Amino acid sequence: MTSATLTGAGDERVARVGLVKRLLLKPELGSLIGAVLVFGFFAALSDVFRSARGVANWLDPASSLGIMAVAVALLMIGGHFDLSAGVQTGTAAITSGLLTTYYGVNTWVALLLSLLLCLAIGFINGYLVVRTKLPSFIITLGTFLMLQGLNLGVTKLVTNTVVVSNFNQIVGYDVLKAIFASEVTIAGASFQIAILWWIVATVLGSWVLLRTRFGNWIFAVGGDLTAARNVGVPVQRTTIALFMTTSFAAWFIGTTQIVRLTSIQAQAGFGQELIYIVAAVIGGCLLTGGFGSVVGASIGALIFGMTSQGIVYAGWDADWFKFFLGAMLLLAVLANQYIRRFAEQSRR
Amino acid sequence: MSSEKPPLLEIRELTKTFGSVISLSGVSTTVRAGEVTCVLGDNGAGKSTLIKILSGVHRPDGGELLMDGKPVQLGNPRAALDAGIATVYQDLAMVPLMAIWRNFFLGSEPTKGWGPFRRFDRQRALETTRRELGDMGIDIRDPDQPVGTLSGGERQSVAIARAVHFGARLLILDEPTSALGVKQAGVVLRYIAAARDKGLGVIFITHNPHHAYPIGDRFLLLNRGKSLGDLAKSEISLAELTRLMAGGAELEELAHELERDPSTGEKTATP
Repeated sequence: MTSATLTGAGDERVARVGLVKRLLLKPELGSLIGAVLVFGFFAALSDVFRSARGVANWLDPASSLGIMAVAVALLMIGGHFDLSAGVQTGTAAITSGLLTTYYGVNTWVALLLSLLLCLAIGFINGYLVVRTKLPSFIITLGTFLMLQGLNLGVTKLVTNTVVVSNFNQIVGYDVLKAIFASEVTIAGASFQIAILWWIVATVLGSWVLLRTRFGNWIFAVGGDLTAARNVGVPVQRTTIALFMTTSFAAWFIGTTQIVRLTSIQAQAGFGQELIYIVAAVIGGCLLTGGFGSVVGASIGALIFGMTSQGIVYAGWDADWFKFFLGAMLLLAVLANQYIRRFAEQSRR
Repeated sequence: MSSEKPPLLEIRELTKTFGSVISLSGVSTTVRAGEVTCVLGDNGAGKSTLIKILSGVHRPDGGELLMDGKPVQLGNPRAALDAGIATVYQDLAMVPLMAIWRNFFLGSEPTKGWGPFRRFDRQRALETTRRELGDMGIDIRDPDQPVGTLSGGERQSVAIARAVHFGARLLILDEPTSALGVKQAGVVLRYIAAARDKGLGVIFITHNPHHAYPIGDRFLLLNRGKSLGDLAKSEISLAELTRLMAGGAELEELAHELERDPSTGEKTATP
């Protein structure tokens, strides 16, 4: 009897999972709607916002946040947080800066060393998480505080100030500038090359997540660790790789910043880690892991960029920005909650 | 029932102790390709220990396992899988938020392309999932839907289909019907039959003789780590199976006890 009802009603039930519900299951849908609304809102308020110069202006903060958000989204889908991600951007820049300007290390060697340092931090984060099985929140809170202290302590020790400067005087700065901080003029406005890297990161991250074995493992590790282990997913390798990916992104952003600003504050990156998580959550990542989207996280970063600049263009006090961001985060979390319940509900 | 060919799996005098606790003592049975051997027993009868030995989690302290007539050592779960023994656990090893086709190939994803462009062959995964489930008579509305939207019985069925696809010769099902309603249990029993008809040997662990009897070809009854009997279907009736399963004499005693004790005036459970 059951088989008859099962096979007989096949087609009609496919139709029942309608287009709307199907779209709702796409994690990035909410952020896309949000981005359109935010754009429309500020575009209506300000001419400059929708001009080429305005676009270049709000794409700039969106791009550096977006590159981090892509990595953080992958990590969150894999079921983890990295509170040390923000401060690692500072660590990368300070390491490169001190090695080149104070110790005269060859530029490329210095960059390589700071990259290796970041990857090592990512490895340690991941290793501790998989070994101790403690929440990544607490492990990376520890590395966050340690790095925060190190960044300040080492910078003061070496420079007697809290800033590493003169990065533009190192050998090969022109090449670095071309890679990390050149500008392209389109329609009379200069766009940062970071926007291009952001797009590359989004496409690459999304491809890995949706089209590779590794991507399947990310979903599995975040969705149900025991199940993933039972079917032979290399759980530890996947988790450690995700932490190292986040560290790589932090190195990239840290390097971009010191190249662009030619100096770096010892406190650079503090507090940014939460903004990355906000972008990923607005983009549809569940805090509990196993669900989310790289494209969504990038759109989350876009919303961040548009709001932060839009408020200025609208002539409001910039303090309102945090309020907007918080409200958007709450809305996104509520929407995610609903989607998750829908996705997990059994239709018996 | 070709008696010339050695059985797919033969268990001989299996013994396992944990410290001073004897979990299994001298348990024997056989599983033939295309047949279902049911392992019945109450809680603590040694069913879980038996599964864990067969799936390579524990090593037996005595006795031997023969596959196709040859002795085998199952040192770890991988060795059991390589020998073609697939275990479908109660917790199912599926990720609720992931699509069926992603779950189906989880850990063994087919790939195409080379080098850095090696990627998950989604088309093949989708098509294979649809076909394999179809072959088992499982009608899924859409392989792209999350496993979490499936009912318990459907999830069991997908897990069985997955084991069949990945070359299992012997399927161990750990109480697949225990958490299910009557209808859903019927669905799962039907898929067990489908796996059997594909030529797999099946070990079906349950404590419900009404699920075991219609589908079983052989019954191993366990009680407190000991075998109460290893019987072919022709040697036992459902009534007898139920009686043995419930501890035989113990149940009769219990029935008496319940009958003799209406002192509180309340209605007692009738057997």
